[in-house]
Amino acid sequence: MKYICLGYMNEEVWATLSESERNTFMDECFSYDKELRENGHFAGGEGLQEARNAATLKWQSGKVSVTDGPFVESKEQIGGIMILEATDLNHAIRLLSKHPSLRLGRGSSSWEIRPAVDLTAFMEESNRRRS
Amino acid sequence: MQNSSEHIFQLVGDIYRNKSRSVFATLIRLLKDFDLAEDAMHDAFKAALEQWGEKGVPSNPLAWLVSTGRFKAIDRIRRESKFDPLQKQQVGQMEADTIDPSNVVDRAIEDDVLRLIFTCCHPALSLDARTAMTMREVCNLTTEAIANAFLITPSTMAQRIVRAKAQIREAKIPFEVPPEHDLPDRLGAVLQVIYLVFNEGYYASSGESVTRVDLSSEAIRLGRLLHILLPDPEVTGLLGLMLLHESRRPARTSPTGDLILLEDQDRSRWNRDMIDEGLTLVERAFLSTPPGPYTLQAAIAALHAEATHPDATDWRQITGLYSLLLRINPSPIIELNRAIAMAMHKGPEAGLRQIDAILERGDLTSYHLAHSARAELCRKTGRTDQARVSWERALALAQQAPERRFIERKLSELGT
Repeated sequence: MKYICLGYMNEEVWATLSESERNTFMDECFSYDKELRENGHFAGGEGLQEARNAATLKWQSGKVSVTDGPFVESKEQIGGIMILEATDLNHAIRLLSKHPSLRLGRGSSSWEIRPAVDLTAFMEESNRRRS
Repeated sequence: MQNSSEHIFQLVGDIYRNKSRSVFATLIRLLKDFDLAEDAMHDAFKAALEQWGEKGVPSNPLAWLVSTGRFKAIDRIRRESKFDPLQKQQVGQMEADTIDPSNVVDRAIEDDVLRLIFTCCHPALSLDARTAMTMREVCNLTTEAIANAFLITPSTMAQRIVRAKAQIREAKIPFEVPPEHDLPDRLGAVLQVIYLVFNEGYYASSGESVTRVDLSSEAIRLGRLLHILLPDPEVTGLLGLMLLHESRRPARTSPTGDLILLEDQDRSRWNRDMIDEGLTLVERAFLSTPPGPYTLQAAIAALHAEATHPDATDWRQITGLYSLLLRINPSPIIELNRAIAMAMHKGPEAGLRQIDAILERGDLTSYHLAHSARAELCRKTGRTDQARVSWERALALAQQAPERRFIERKLSELGT
């Protein structure tokens, strides 16, 4: 089963890190990602640029409005996403508990795990409606 | 052909389905950690898929899987110890361990499954935690499936499992079959979990979704497993009890989902095979003296199963069995059941006196079945007004829709 993991981090904490601290952090994360990949648990993922580079779209008075910045302004922003392949929620929790990124900023980062919805049935139904 | 990839895939799949819990249990004993053992078990099966085709199937596949899993775990900790200095220590310790898993014999592996059951059902864990751990670690159900079966969210269930494992680790709950003098108590905690799972499936309200696991058959499967590993008379009794109850399932609800009482069930629809197996088990369990609470309940179920017609029920014996049960397990619910049996045996007046005594004492006053039973006996003795009062009280307390419909029907039958 697939689990979408949203990694939240405090960008201010990241900004305070020295270059060597950042490098160590990256090395650890990549090394663990490799573990996940080798064991067939890594089904995709990306790191995200700072939230100030985000654009947010909304439907407003009959047209699309675009604002700059993230959907919600807050200290913790999504810094990365990952798709995990795991047998169940506890397996996903266990895999992610070991991710080095969790230790960034001593508690200022967190992972939200969201089980993916199996859309197959919805898609088949929708295909039938459209055919 | 023997080692074709298709053959290997099927063989490993079969072993995974039938024996992965055994491999897992032995790995927990060797590695002393649930999570590590789960990863190691998966690693071992993956290695089997990769290696057996080329190198041939080992002569003892289970021992191979255990041994490979253990090495993979040590490898894994060594790699991960980069991230966690505490684990470095663990690696050294594990490598120094003198256990040679290639010596593991099948009997030892079976004992490990029993250890796993006793650990998951350790009385230091709450009943909820015990149930969750048993369903996931012994029955190999996913967190989502268990949550779905117990009608709670997967995240609540996941948290329960994480906490239970942490508690086992932190409280250093040993991975062992309890010593002889603790066995009756500790076995009681295991049987309680199995019976709870069974009842959750048996008495659950309708509205099940397609993905809902059948908890009753899961409990029976677990009962059978425990019965093979530890043929204690009470295990035999519980398995018999579950089978005898389960045998009535086809007859206990109407096509519209309404409850059908035991006396109104079409007994030809009871599952004969389950009854025969249940009766044999009850007889065997009853050989031990004194019989335990599950055996006594099973014996009561057996007397119902043996009656081809409600009138042929041996209520005298059933009343006697409830009295024995009450002696070892004093509970107002059992007292209520004995009162109902007594009403059938000695007449409604005798039963009514007993129920009134329980209610006057202040017990079961918010238990709808006590009021239902009282209402029925009042009706039989011609106390229509009192019957109505009791049915109304029962209706105010009943939660499930089929039960409410049943009571409403009874009320309307009383007339005005």
